[in-house]
Amino acid sequence: MNSLAIGEIMSILDIKNLKAYYFTKAGIVKAVDGVNISIDRKIIIGIVGESGCGKSTLAKALSFNVEPPLKIVEGDIVIDGIKINDKNVNEIRRKILGIKVALIPQSAMNALVPTVKIRSFIKDVLKEKTGYATLEIFEELAVKRFKELNLPIEALDMYPFELSGGMRQRVLIAIATLLNPSLLIADEPTSALDVSTQKIVLETFYDIYRRGLVKSMIFISHDIATVRQIADEIIVMYTGKFVEKGSTEEMINEPLHPYSKGLIFSILTPELIVRERVRKAKEVLLKGEPPSLINPPPGCRFHPRCPFAMDICRKEEPPMIEVERNRFVSCWLYEKR
Amino acid sequence: MYLAGYMKKGDYMSKAILEVKNLTKVYRIGLIRQKEIVAVNNINFNVKEGEIISLVGESGSGKTTTARIILRLLKPTSGNVLFNGKDIWRDIRNKKELKWYWRNVNGVFQDPYSSFNPTHTIRFVMLRTFNLFDEEIDYDTKINMIKEALKEVGLIPEEILDKRPFELSGGMRQRVLIARIFLIRPKFIIADEPTSMIDATLRLSLLDLFLKLRDEFKTSQIFITHDLGLATYISDRILVMYKGEIVEEGIPEEILNKPSHPYTKKLLESVPKLYSKWLT
Repeated sequence: MNSLAIGEIMSILDIKNLKAYYFTKAGIVKAVDGVNISIDRKIIIGIVGESGCGKSTLAKALSFNVEPPLKIVEGDIVIDGIKINDKNVNEIRRKILGIKVALIPQSAMNALVPTVKIRSFIKDVLKEKTGYATLEIFEELAVKRFKELNLPIEALDMYPFELSGGMRQRVLIAIATLLNPSLLIADEPTSALDVSTQKIVLETFYDIYRRGLVKSMIFISHDIATVRQIADEIIVMYTGKFVEKGSTEEMINEPLHPYSKGLIFSILTPELIVRERVRKAKEVLLKGEPPSLINPPPGCRFHPRCPFAMDICRKEEPPMIEVERNRFVSCWLYEKR
Repeated sequence: MYLAGYMKKGDYMSKAILEVKNLTKVYRIGLIRQKEIVAVNNINFNVKEGEIISLVGESGSGKTTTARIILRLLKPTSGNVLFNGKDIWRDIRNKKELKWYWRNVNGVFQDPYSSFNPTHTIRFVMLRTFNLFDEEIDYDTKINMIKEALKEVGLIPEEILDKRPFELSGGMRQRVLIARIFLIRPKFIIADEPTSMIDATLRLSLLDLFLKLRDEFKTSQIFITHDLGLATYISDRILVMYKGEIVEEGIPEEILNKPSHPYTKKLLESVPKLYSKWLT
């Protein structure tokens, strides 16, 4: 990290060949198996995939929530110049969680302590993270942040159960980003909410980003129509690996990987164009369920479900191919020979 | 008689198989100070042969109450439901007639856990379906019919016949329920959120089974859902319900392009779309 040239932008997040496995009695679950991400600019990245594809495990690894049986087996995570691996993860975690990187885990809004008012909860968080929590700091950070995000100040003196689901989620966004972390990771932040609340929560996320309170965001969800609303780029994940990456528009309009096609064409939104597309796309619709992550199929992990599977797909794992600038797909169909 | 009631011009060619007339359901709660909740408020609609309609609305809009009345599980406060011209509350009086009705009008529900007795095997559940049949059928024929129905919905009979509901995945359980429908082959299906517990990727293949029933056997269907996207995909006609009333009705093109009721507009706006963005 000392070799950074002057003027070079330090990357916000850099992950190379990350492998995070669960060591269980039934076997080793390869939930994240060789993932690369590099973020060096303001961007919102959406990660989508079916349940059981390793999305949440990736979120855990990225925010150093690595508790046994989960272990980072290989690869480094570099956040804001700080290198994290399995050895130092717990020690570093306290220093950078909430400061450099913040995570809003799945169903976090149900995890607020029910007997503690939001105000005391925030004070505890600040004390933990900054070492002190004077009234001034509190005023400056929490009250200001609530005002910025149009959250009612009265909510500070309420108990979590007095807030609606959407409000709780928005309060959590405010708390998670109090110290302006570089990276905010949100895991299924809108799936427990009804549609009209989803929109408000999504707007709050976008507000945080637009105001520069966080530099970048990773938005993990199975709900592509929601991710699509906020993300600049979309990554499709399948059985612990990334299979495709591209700008949101490209990914929605012209997914390349057969899995992405099946995934994106299976979404039913109230749009006539979607109905027409689904009617035409019968061939790529997904069948069956994702394979076990203990014994993933050889070659391309998608080949048992793939309508275009060739011989090579059953034997060799496809490389990540850059088909266009910043457009990647891991599929033998796109390998030029 | 089929021309009576709620029809639009151009519809006179095909007959309505089901007519709902001035249907109202009021729930009374409390003993001393009774409170009245109007779950369904004077609704009218009909369903033609081979037509799929959707009742779309949020929870509490009265759509499930409507479904339960049509399935003859719940008595309406007032109004009529006519199936093939027969009033299902006035003209169906004994067990035999009820059996006939359920043979012709049957349902698929949201939660396949609660639709099954956990101690029964799939074989038992499917065999019991034959109680609705008048015909005498021997055991081997029954089993063959069950196997055919299970294959029809993409299940492998040998693998699941002797399993119990909890040994199957959610998608498989839902398929068993649909296989039951393929066995009964009713003229009319009421599907209440049949795919809401299923992964989006598997949902389409299930929905296509309902389309197959419509296209091959002219089965009429009512889809009860909160999901306007699903309704757009499956329905010939969408009915939007709000606070117990039908506030808007039309083919999907009309509802999406020219929604007239404010509630429909709000509903459409609040759903995330693939081809347009909220945030700018």
